[in-house]
Amino acid sequence: MHQSVNLQVQDPVIQVENLDFFYGTSQSLHNISLNFPRKQVTALIGPSGCGKSTLLRCFNRMNDLIDNIKVDGKVLLNGEDIYGRSTDVIELRRKVGMVFQKSNPFPKSIYENVIYGLRIAGINNKAVLDEAVEKSLKGAALWDEVKDRLNQSALGMSGGQMQRLCIARAIAVNPEVILMDEPCSALDPKSTARVEELITELRRDYTIIIVTHNMQQAARVSDYTAFLFEGILVEFGQTKRLFVKPKNKQTEDYITGRFG
Amino acid sequence: MKRAYWRIGEPMVWLTGAALSVTLLIAIILLIVVIVNGLGVFWPSNLVEAKLKDGSAVLGEVVKREPLHEEEGYRLQFKIGNRELNGLDFRWVDEADIQEMTNPVAVIALERSEYGNFYGFLKDVSPGQLTDNLTGTEEERLRQLMKLVDQKHAAIADQTEKLNAISYRMEDMRLKKRKLEYNGTGADAPQIIRLDNEHSQLQQEFKEILDNQNQMVANLRSAKAEFRTVDGQNKQIVIADIVRAWQPNLMSIPAKIWFYLGKLKELLTDDPRESNTEGGLFPAIFGTVMLIFTMSLFSFPFGVIAAVYLREYAKDGILVRLVRIAVNNLAGIPSIVYGIFGLGFFVYGIGGAIDKLFFPERLPTPTFGTGGILWASLTLALLTVPVVIVATEEALSAIPREMREGSYALGATKFQTLVRVLLPMASPGIMTGLILAMARAAGEVAPLMITGVVKLAPALPIDGNFPFIHLDRKFMHLGFHIFDIGFQSPNIEAAKPMVFVTTLLLVLIVLAMSGTAIHLRNKMKKRYTFGTF
Repeated sequence: MHQSVNLQVQDPVIQVENLDFFYGTSQSLHNISLNFPRKQVTALIGPSGCGKSTLLRCFNRMNDLIDNIKVDGKVLLNGEDIYGRSTDVIELRRKVGMVFQKSNPFPKSIYENVIYGLRIAGINNKAVLDEAVEKSLKGAALWDEVKDRLNQSALGMSGGQMQRLCIARAIAVNPEVILMDEPCSALDPKSTARVEELITELRRDYTIIIVTHNMQQAARVSDYTAFLFEGILVEFGQTKRLFVKPKNKQTEDYITGRFG
Repeated sequence: MKRAYWRIGEPMVWLTGAALSVTLLIAIILLIVVIVNGLGVFWPSNLVEAKLKDGSAVLGEVVKREPLHEEEGYRLQFKIGNRELNGLDFRWVDEADIQEMTNPVAVIALERSEYGNFYGFLKDVSPGQLTDNLTGTEEERLRQLMKLVDQKHAAIADQTEKLNAISYRMEDMRLKKRKLEYNGTGADAPQIIRLDNEHSQLQQEFKEILDNQNQMVANLRSAKAEFRTVDGQNKQIVIADIVRAWQPNLMSIPAKIWFYLGKLKELLTDDPRESNTEGGLFPAIFGTVMLIFTMSLFSFPFGVIAAVYLREYAKDGILVRLVRIAVNNLAGIPSIVYGIFGLGFFVYGIGGAIDKLFFPERLPTPTFGTGGILWASLTLALLTVPVVIVATEEALSAIPREMREGSYALGATKFQTLVRVLLPMASPGIMTGLILAMARAAGEVAPLMITGVVKLAPALPIDGNFPFIHLDRKFMHLGFHIFDIGFQSPNIEAAKPMVFVTTLLLVLIVLAMSGTAIHLRNKMKKRYTFGTF
């Protein structure tokens, strides 16, 4: 149906094949097929309720927490079906990290927040943890600001710092993919700029899939963009191309701000 | 104009404010009554001698003044003491009948271990076989003698302790022997003979100590003093029966404060006397605090675990909703029903089974098959567990969804999320539940009365005899104490001050315990939340 969707991607990290998703009886994703390129930033855009967050949450099976859902089709991570019988959800979530819309640091110290994922994996070696904290905080461009107060509560940080802490927490477990669900929607412009800068840097080591409402942000940070509308993948392509020369009328209307 | 008045909502402000004020007022009045009546009890007021128009005299503390019923004028209530002579501790006197009121300087007040207070004048001190070295005035001689008697008393108390330890061991041996016999060991078996030998040795020792002690007591009781009452009778009193003697009309304010503090110390550290109307409250304080702690030990983990299951693990459905309704209603069942359940289920059911299994040699004397602090705690735990469950559930459900998701997204299991994120965040709310549960438990009396509380417990539930914590023992409790001395005591008028003191103490203990808990909760709040609880 949508010829424009079937973009050939070399070495995809996540492959989605004919994915249908149901909340109870209402279907919110319709036959989605999409390949996410490795070590690139892919933005998911679309109007509210189009299913972009639902799609994102399929990749680390966060939707499992909700009762009465049904998933049809396949989602492959490095060629393995994450909805298969033998999938270890815990293992999957270590490989596919996530940053949420609202920053959600745990009521612990900054240090303990960063190494939460390592601790629950059973790592207690102080040297390993120290190294991970420094590396992750540096990776999240937060090290210089907090290196002197690692043992203070994370709840005393500013909103932007908290969100970067959540990113540090996600990269501390060394995932392959980082999912970001509107990570800047609760931040002021300055903090947003820092997080966007960070995303551009992270892209060297990680595959990033970001849901955003902000067209400019998608244009700024992403390499690829997928446009969803009412649960249907309308268009997918390189961001440069999609924003300049959309092939689909709906995409063009949305990007130019005619609706959404 | 009128509509604006309603629109601003001023009437609602007044209505809600008034409702709050009334509640506060009632609570404050209650507290003031208790404090005023409770704090004054130990103050050594002056003794008044009233000469009546008919020539007789009344000596005592003026307790109350109130108008006469039908005639004009007032009447006074005197606490006249000397119960064995007068038959009553209190006497009403019309003010019109009084010729003259004085504060005689020499008057002495005695607190005795029997028959309540004595008011009179010291005539003569006779130390008996105790000592010959008393010097000074009769009052000074009395003081010296009382000090000496106190020292001897301590020696006798030491011996009593020894006797208790020996009899505890003897009882232990008797039970061991019974157990052997119960298991079919013959009467001539070596273990039994050995036990018999040891037992008779102990008995010998016991008898020696007892004889020695009796000798000492007889010796001690030979010291006496003679007093004259206001109406001219003479009364000989054994010094050992005098708990304390004071001359209120001679005492300065600091001396009175010192006396007051002494009485307070006695209240907090001593055993009760005179069917609980005098002396201390220590066993009751100990019992109350231990009961609440043991109760928390059961109800806290059970409540939290049950709530975690309901909120985190159970699939939300009709069954869970029914359970939730049932739990909420559980809090509304009259506490006496819990008491009866505790008696039937814990005491007779579980306790009886424990006795049959583990202590068959002691039957028919029950060990756990009778009321005790363990069963009372479990009954109270049952009563308070709904409070903990409801509070924990509320606290868990108030945690934002992002917190759980954040933890799951990092590869945490449900259990890890629960232990590392949810429970710490819910802890202030859980503490609130525990505070409410403790306050409720501290105030319950009815269920305790049939599951183990007693008027006078022979021993504390914790002591120096192995295994040190005796959860099967009966215990005393401040709430029951109030009921007992207020309504079951033979001399209610004399016991009244103690009711207020006990109430005040119970209120203070509850306040101290929940104060500590609230302090803890605030600490947790600071640590674990954004301040949005």
